[in-house]
Amino acid sequence: MFRGEIKNKSKNIFLSSANPKDLVVIKSIPKGNYKSQLLRFGIFEGQVVEILSKLPGGTLVIRINRQEIALGANLTKKILIEKL
Amino acid sequence: MNKLSNDQNHTKKDKKLQIALVGNPNVGKSIFFNYLTNIYVEVSNFPGTTVEIYHGTYKNYIVYDTPGIYSVSSFNDEEKVAKDIIVNSDIIINVVDATHLERDLFLTTQLIEMGKKIIIALNMYDELKKYNLKIDVKKLSLILGVPVIPTVAPEKKGFKELEEKISEATNGIINKEILKELELLKELEIPTAEKLLILEEDKPTIVKYAEKLNDFFIGKFHFDSHSFKRPKKHLRRRHHHGFNKHRYYGNYIPENKDEELTSNFQRGFHKKHFLKKIMRHYLNRDRIYLLRRLYVNSITTKVISPIKGKESISKIIGNLIIKPQTGIPISIFILYLIYLFIGVFIAGDVVKFTEGKIGNNIFEYNLKKYIAYSSSTLVTVKVKNENDSIIKVNSHFFEYGIKNEIDKFHSLENEKKITNSEIKFTYSNPILTILFGDFGILTMTITYILFLLLPLVIGFYFMLSILEDSGYLPRLATLVDKLLSYIGLNGRAIIPIILGFGCVTMATITTRILGSKRERTIATTILQLAIPCSAQLGVIATLLASVNSKVTIIYIIIIFIFLTLTGTILNKFIKGESTPLIIDLPPMRLPRPINVFKKTYYRSYGFMKEASPWFFFGALIISIMQITGALDIAIKILNPLVVKWLKLPEHTAIAFVMGLVRRDFGAAGLYGLPLSSYQVLVAIITLTLFVPCVTSLIVMFKERGPKEGIIIWFSSLTFAFFIGGIIAQIFL
Repeated sequence: MFRGEIKNKSKNIFLSSANPKDLVVIKSIPKGNYKSQLLRFGIFEGQVVEILSKLPGGTLVIRINRQEIALGANLTKKILIEKL
Repeated sequence: MNKLSNDQNHTKKDKKLQIALVGNPNVGKSIFFNYLTNIYVEVSNFPGTTVEIYHGTYKNYIVYDTPGIYSVSSFNDEEKVAKDIIVNSDIIINVVDATHLERDLFLTTQLIEMGKKIIIALNMYDELKKYNLKIDVKKLSLILGVPVIPTVAPEKKGFKELEEKISEATNGIINKEILKELELLKELEIPTAEKLLILEEDKPTIVKYAEKLNDFFIGKFHFDSHSFKRPKKHLRRRHHHGFNKHRYYGNYIPENKDEELTSNFQRGFHKKHFLKKIMRHYLNRDRIYLLRRLYVNSITTKVISPIKGKESISKIIGNLIIKPQTGIPISIFILYLIYLFIGVFIAGDVVKFTEGKIGNNIFEYNLKKYIAYSSSTLVTVKVKNENDSIIKVNSHFFEYGIKNEIDKFHSLENEKKITNSEIKFTYSNPILTILFGDFGILTMTITYILFLLLPLVIGFYFMLSILEDSGYLPRLATLVDKLLSYIGLNGRAIIPIILGFGCVTMATITTRILGSKRERTIATTILQLAIPCSAQLGVIATLLASVNSKVTIIYIIIIFIFLTLTGTILNKFIKGESTPLIIDLPPMRLPRPINVFKKTYYRSYGFMKEASPWFFFGALIISIMQITGALDIAIKILNPLVVKWLKLPEHTAIAFVMGLVRRDFGAAGLYGLPLSSYQVLVAIITLTLFVPCVTSLIVMFKERGPKEGIIIWFSSLTFAFFIGGIIAQIFL
């Protein structure tokens, strides 16, 4: 997994740098309680997510399966994604 | 919680089956509950504003309404409460939002895996059209192995069928992958539901069965390191795929207060270190969650199919609110409307009429007069001119009550009528003073509760109910998330902060919705120190209305700076990290008026019922202090501080002493004092930052523990006089 991260480093960016209307694939979510919480909403490695809007300060609103979810800036800068 | 488990024991004895209504937040569970039990329950649109559990009887069943949850787990209080009910229930009615099947089936499949008898109400079935979707209900029912009934809750569509089929609720078909995982704990003699929770690393459940788990794992793995190194084949395979590698393993020392269990648990694991490793290896919430998530996604692709159509209006509005360009102006506009409604209309016009006219002039005056009729009373009339300064004081002592000298009393009363004056009754009998005096339990307190607080509380809950039911509240939380992150909170904390402007006591309780102890401490401190509650705000607004607007601006700026500073400092110095915002944005809906009114009624009633005794208690203390002279002593102690340091008139000390009993009583006590503009500023700043009311203080101690409670209380006392004093030194 670690080796993989290095290999993909050029493509992977943090969710915080995604922009509205982007379609992104979740690449990695750090371990912790919120990983499970995100899983409940259907956000996990490999899932495609649509960025709806980005608020000043970085709070992100994403859409997944017609469900809108807001994610705090301190979380989005820990989630690795790849733009589609 | 204790009460709950007692109830459950009770029902076990009666052999009544338990039904639990379970579902994600905002799926309309409460409508089902009302329908089945005929008792009204709140329909809350914000995930988890209350942990109160409602239950009622339906036929031979006892029905429990549970808080909205996304999965059965222990991430917060609501989930813990819901989990307890689910584990102990016989039948589960799972209310599922048809428009958010991917989200909701996560809970559904978990409930099935727990081995519960389930029936599904596929609610909001009509709204699928808005999203241009179709669901194959039969197929869904076939895959899950449980009855699925499409419903439309507000119109009670499908409710009859649901009722008929409750008895057909059955154990569903468990996902094969999860079944494999459950195989591990096959020989463990506990309910399946709890086996699953153990596999999911649910701490309370692991603690509950600590002994059994120890014995089980020792038996299963014969205590030898070899079996640990080479786990079962299917697990080994996963290991290879990287699911187990470098896995996060949280500190297993539970937060449970039950010391016996905790120590058992710790001893068990510390002695046998390898056991911890085994548990670490086999119990993995992330793995189970991922398996479940993949399974749910495979189901939804099979049963949901898109149809043609266009985007709905509510969605467009929802997007406008969340976009910063439109969302911030909308939020400012909404906050302005709230201010107009609560700040200007309720706190100004309504309270002026109810408190001033009805409360003081009609209710209190006539009551006092009636008491004075046949008891020894000193009646004083202070005649004032246009500038509110006293030009003449008339008084007369009616030794045998005013009935004997009724003409004399009428002449005094007439003087009051002609000019802008006050009439005061001082009773000789101390008991009458306690009951009917200026701070009397049956005079001031009743006026205060019924004619000042009640209109404010109703207005406040009315606004909150509308915000909640429309789906605006979670969007507001999103919008303010970044701002609140500077003071170590996330957007969710906007709920207790808004509630704080209504009632600090209630807000302090609501801090439970926050994700970590750290956030709860920060939010509670801010609430207790810097957020004025509605009753207090009303008084402050009235005081500020009498001085120039510059003072108002200075007041707001000072309180705001103090609030930000406190939050920032706490955020810096309290250890740990705050939880990030992860919030579900429900679709915007037009609130249903009946729901809003009912909610307003139940909340106002509930609050008044809980808080009123403390008002009376506070009034009793003040009255007793007044008679025994303790009030004078307290005032004398505070005197140098108030006069020299805060540069306020001696009498302001009364307001501060009363502030110890209730913040708002304190503020109300400032009405009668002749204060200059800046003296008003100093007084209200000190009072805002001053100790909270008795009720909120008790609740804070209960929520945060005595140590933290004392720290927060003392710092609020210190800061109040410190900041107030500095302002006084600058402006006076």
